[in-house]
Amino acid sequence: MPQKTIRQALNEALRQEMRRDPSIIVIGEDVAGGAGSAGQRDAYGGVLGVTKGLIGEFGEARVIDTPITESAIMGAAAGAAVTGLRPVAELMFSDFFGVCFDQIFNQAAKFRYMFGGKARTPLVIRTMVGAGRSAAAQHSQSPYHVFTSVPGLKCVVPSNAYDAKGLLIQAIRDDDPVVFCEHKLMYDLRAEVPDEPYTIPFGEANIVRDGDDVTVVALARMVHYAMTAAEELEKDGIEIELIDPRTTSPLDEDTILESVERTGRLVIVDEATPRCSIATDIAALVADKAFDALKAPIRRVTAPHTPVPFAPDLEKLYIPSPEKIAAAVRDVHGYGK
Amino acid sequence: MTVTPITMPKWGLTMTEGKVLGWLKREGDAVGPNDELLEIETSKITNVMEAGENGILRRVVAAQGATLPIGALLAVLAPADTPDAEIEAFVAGFVVPERDDAAGDEAEAAAPREVVAGDYRLHYLEIGAGDGPPLLFIHGFGADLNSWMFNQPALAEGRRAIALDLPGHGGSTKALTGPIDSAGFAADIDRFLDALGIERVHLVGHSMGGAIALSFAGRQSDRVASLTLIAAAELGADVNAAFIDGFVKMERRREAQEVLRLLVHDPDLVSRAMVEEVLRYKRLDGVADTLRRIAQEWFPNGIQRAGWAEIVKDLPVPRQIIWGREDRIIPVAHAEALAAKLPVHILDNAGHLPHMEKAAEVNRLIARLIAA
Repeated sequence: MPQKTIRQALNEALRQEMRRDPSIIVIGEDVAGGAGSAGQRDAYGGVLGVTKGLIGEFGEARVIDTPITESAIMGAAAGAAVTGLRPVAELMFSDFFGVCFDQIFNQAAKFRYMFGGKARTPLVIRTMVGAGRSAAAQHSQSPYHVFTSVPGLKCVVPSNAYDAKGLLIQAIRDDDPVVFCEHKLMYDLRAEVPDEPYTIPFGEANIVRDGDDVTVVALARMVHYAMTAAEELEKDGIEIELIDPRTTSPLDEDTILESVERTGRLVIVDEATPRCSIATDIAALVADKAFDALKAPIRRVTAPHTPVPFAPDLEKLYIPSPEKIAAAVRDVHGYGK
Repeated sequence: MTVTPITMPKWGLTMTEGKVLGWLKREGDAVGPNDELLEIETSKITNVMEAGENGILRRVVAAQGATLPIGALLAVLAPADTPDAEIEAFVAGFVVPERDDAAGDEAEAAAPREVVAGDYRLHYLEIGAGDGPPLLFIHGFGADLNSWMFNQPALAEGRRAIALDLPGHGGSTKALTGPIDSAGFAADIDRFLDALGIERVHLVGHSMGGAIALSFAGRQSDRVASLTLIAAAELGADVNAAFIDGFVKMERRREAQEVLRLLVHDPDLVSRAMVEEVLRYKRLDGVADTLRRIAQEWFPNGIQRAGWAEIVKDLPVPRQIIWGREDRIIPVAHAEALAAKLPVHILDNAGHLPHMEKAAEVNRLIARLIAA
């Protein structure tokens, strides 16, 4: 089976879905990177090249290069969705959600409810998350927990190219607004990706690795750090079960709870800040529903409660590392022994 | 050589390592070629490895629970009179052979290929070489050529062994445009063999693939050198309709695990990776529709068309039937009803996948029929 990067997998998903359904449009800043101005029409295909080539195949009516105005992009996309199109809108950096959040949080997420179930809002918001490029505090955050907290929004956080393609196609076919979070350091990660279109259901976690000693739940880039930690821990005979929820809303609670009921020990790894986060949410879930199974305190490995530092060395310290994950696992593994 | 290494086998294209689940013999035990030595878990399914030779199990090298690459030393067989020092030296000096794709083991070098046959692109894997009629494996409903991971390499010695993905399955064209009853798929096999320039074959078919093989042999018996039917469809009316329905509908890991466990006698054989592999196929656009159409054609109202039981009795082809006694998909009674007319082998502690659950035994039976 062909190996593809996350960037290629996302591009293929968009292309195949746009061929299948003419109501799908792409809208955002620089999604073509030059359309409507003098010079090359498809200069870049998005700042990270995910939408490269789409304007050539589908034209300017379906690949809409906008001015720098997130509120207009999200407002237009939400309106287009509720009136019959299926927009895939790009919010270049998720950090910018502040300027367009009314359109997302108070409009798109509420339409179905406010119109008594008569309105559908098949909107996908693709957005970049993640630290590690020294892009400083306003371009490095991972606010997927904010989107997850909003009833009416679904939230996807893929960790590999196979999941990215199947989850994006699922998001496009979903009749509710979906925020699709892409980690900016993972676009070149490769995996086997089928050429055919396929969907992965929301709310179905992926068990990345089987193990009986400690359950580790991790998202996006942290899945790979946890795997690195797992290889170290394995040498000492500690087998972690690694769960990638893939979607934070809906969340596959059963897979996490079943695993903790078996291992009795839980570590959650989240690149986002620790307060009111996915990590705290999952910790609360397990404390609530699997308390009797726990043999050790739940440990969270997260960023500290500070803005993301610009200085590369500080940023490196800020992001959870395989070493910190391994230390937390050893901690809960040894607890009470 | 007096000392025989037992090494991690390669079962199937994707296997790179295996886990030693447990030893079935102890150091000092005398073993024969067909004695079960240990259980190995691959990413797909657990299987038993046989000794392959006569000897004493002198040294167990791989501990229970160890995950080791293909070719790694698991144990040492040797006659009783081989000195301990020689065994020590052998273990100490053992080097995992470099895997050389160009010249090495043919199963290692082989990659699946594609051929256009009629309206379909058919994906297939060929290994082995020889002058006699090739061996062709035909998988069952919803499966693919990987079904034969424990059989195809073992039966490819001195012979071309080919496993294909039926239309609608595996890596072949998913959208079905031709007839999809057993005769329709048999016509696809006919076109596949023509495209490969193959005149005569030994056919091995499992479940739905068994009925397809039988349909082919019923029409072109002169092209069939031998016929092995494993838990074949269309030899009786009964089929587990809940399984078929569940397989068509399942989308999530939990339901898929429940459904797939019906296939085997020991439910622990179904690994998470096997479930994931099936789901990856099922998630592809068009597959659910294809499977629903096949199920409606083959098992309308949960009942099989049972046209082949009479025909197989008098077929002028060397043939045999293999079935798991604990089959929960198609009852073993379908095989028992034919036992007076042709060789029927019913295997204990096996369900609907005897070629995986009792691979070594099934391989011996197939090899014997082919050699006859």
